[in-house]
Amino acid sequence: MSSDRPIRVLIGKPGLDGHDRGAKVIARALRDAGMEVVYTGLRQTPEMIAEAALQEDVDIVGLSILSGAHMALVPRIREVMDSSGLKDVPLIIGGIIPDADKQVLETIGVSGIFGPGANTEEITGFIRSLVAARDQDRPA
Amino acid sequence: MSALATQVLQGDRRALARLLTIVENAREGSDDALAALFPHTGHAHIVGITGPPGAGKSTLVNALTQALRTDQKTVAILAVDPTSPFSGGAILGDRIRMRDLAGDTGVFIRSMATRGSLGGLARASRDAVRLLDAAGYDHVLVETVGAGQNEVEIARMAQTVLVVEAPGMGDDVQAIKAGILEIADILVVNKADHPGLDNTVRGLKMMLELGHPASRTQVMSHHGRAMSVAAPVSASDDQPLWMPIIVQTVATEGRGIEALLDAIRAHRAHLHLDGHLQRLEHRQLEIELQERLRDALLARLLEHVSAQDMSVLIERIQQRRLTPNQAVETMLAGLRFGQFED
Ligand SMILES: Nc1nc2c(ncn2[C@@H]2O[C@H](COP(=O)(O)OP(=O)(O)OP(=O)(O)O)[C@@H](O)[C@H]2O)c(=O)[nH]1
Ligand SMILES: [Mg+2]
Repeated sequence: MSSDRPIRVLIGKPGLDGHDRGAKVIARALRDAGMEVVYTGLRQTPEMIAEAALQEDVDIVGLSILSGAHMALVPRIREVMDSSGLKDVPLIIGGIIPDADKQVLETIGVSGIFGPGANTEEITGFIRSLVAARDQDRPA
Repeated sequence: MSALATQVLQGDRRALARLLTIVENAREGSDDALAALFPHTGHAHIVGITGPPGAGKSTLVNALTQALRTDQKTVAILAVDPTSPFSGGAILGDRIRMRDLAGDTGVFIRSMATRGSLGGLARASRDAVRLLDAAGYDHVLVETVGAGQNEVEIARMAQTVLVVEAPGMGDDVQAIKAGILEIADILVVNKADHPGLDNTVRGLKMMLELGHPASRTQVMSHHGRAMSVAAPVSASDDQPLWMPIIVQTVATEGRGIEALLDAIRAHRAHLHLDGHLQRLEHRQLEIELQERLRDALLARLLEHVSAQDMSVLIERIQQRRLTPNQAVETMLAGLRFGQFED
């Protein structure tokens, strides 16, 4: 199912920090891997991210968080997405996340966490397999 | 009726988003859903926004939508960005400039990649606009890719076309592409806070005065790949001709947006006069049908030509034993044209 069309990804930059270099780098890498990347810019609220994910019908949402505010932001984003009917849209995170937090985030439904050192092939491969797995249990 | 189509008519935004994907990917159910929703189309005012990269199209869409919302009108936006020819991927970034619209349930924004289509739109754009129309939005705004070349495709589906320029981009008259000017119902000189405004406005006025008011049909067909040229429209059956309006805006500050809205309303009123809208739609449908027919015929014909046949013919062309045109005639003859069935 996923091979006959490009994967659609939303790259969100929640929180108040004003740098989106990391988000742009990953957006370009995903584009270069053949994906369609909706990029919404800086300072997105959880509601804005969920709304964009819904309207754009993306296969997956990736968040870039370097501010350290991940524990405040990510559970809220997952919650708003779930209540908007986006339970089946996986969430992955890029940023510096301490191991203890990683475990908590995984239990609330974050599918993947990538540190600043992660290479882009690892990330694109992960996205592809997540989307393929989801398409399997979702009728076309 | 397909479940998703029913949900779209009930105002379900998630269903609309899902159906847009299905239509964009021409997946199973796409044709049925479009057929179910088609009777509900024809109510939205479809406005195209084109112009060179960075002229401020998305910012203008943001400001325009806010103004339309104070009128209680609902707005759907289709924002098209180019697909990378190298990877097949795309960065869809128009939403960055539309953040003021977040949280408003009267607005629906969808980004779309061109996926190899030329002309500033995607192959599925027309049907996507139909879905948004059927979903009940009062206005559908379509932002094309900003290549600044020949994005005349938009004239084939929009009722009102805005061509956005900015000072410093258009003051060189040579830089203003005639084709793009000819499709403009409204010329927006955005970034009116930038130097060089007067030059640009003067240049555009001059271009408008030089160019006789060509009808959009002529432009549409002559830039298009339609098989036959739609009948040119004479001034007499298209009276009175619409003269493009020039509006100056500063989209980032909302300046000039009321005047732009007035111009859009005036154009819409013009369309509703004397059956202009119906004639415009007739010509647009004629071109669409020709395109669809050509695509469908080609696809069916190619089912009967094997890759092997094709490569034999190519070899003969390379040996200079056949011209490309003779090769086509050979293929058509081999098909016993007119008898092919599925
Ligand atoms: N000074 C000034 N800047 C503007 C104005 N309108 C837009 N901009 C800025 O111009 C830049 C490009 O604006 P966009 O709205 O993204 O332009 P666009 O035509 O949609 O660009 P593409 O979609 O990439 O072709 C942004 O930085 C805007 O903030 C304006 O009226 N005045
Ligand atoms: Mg834009």
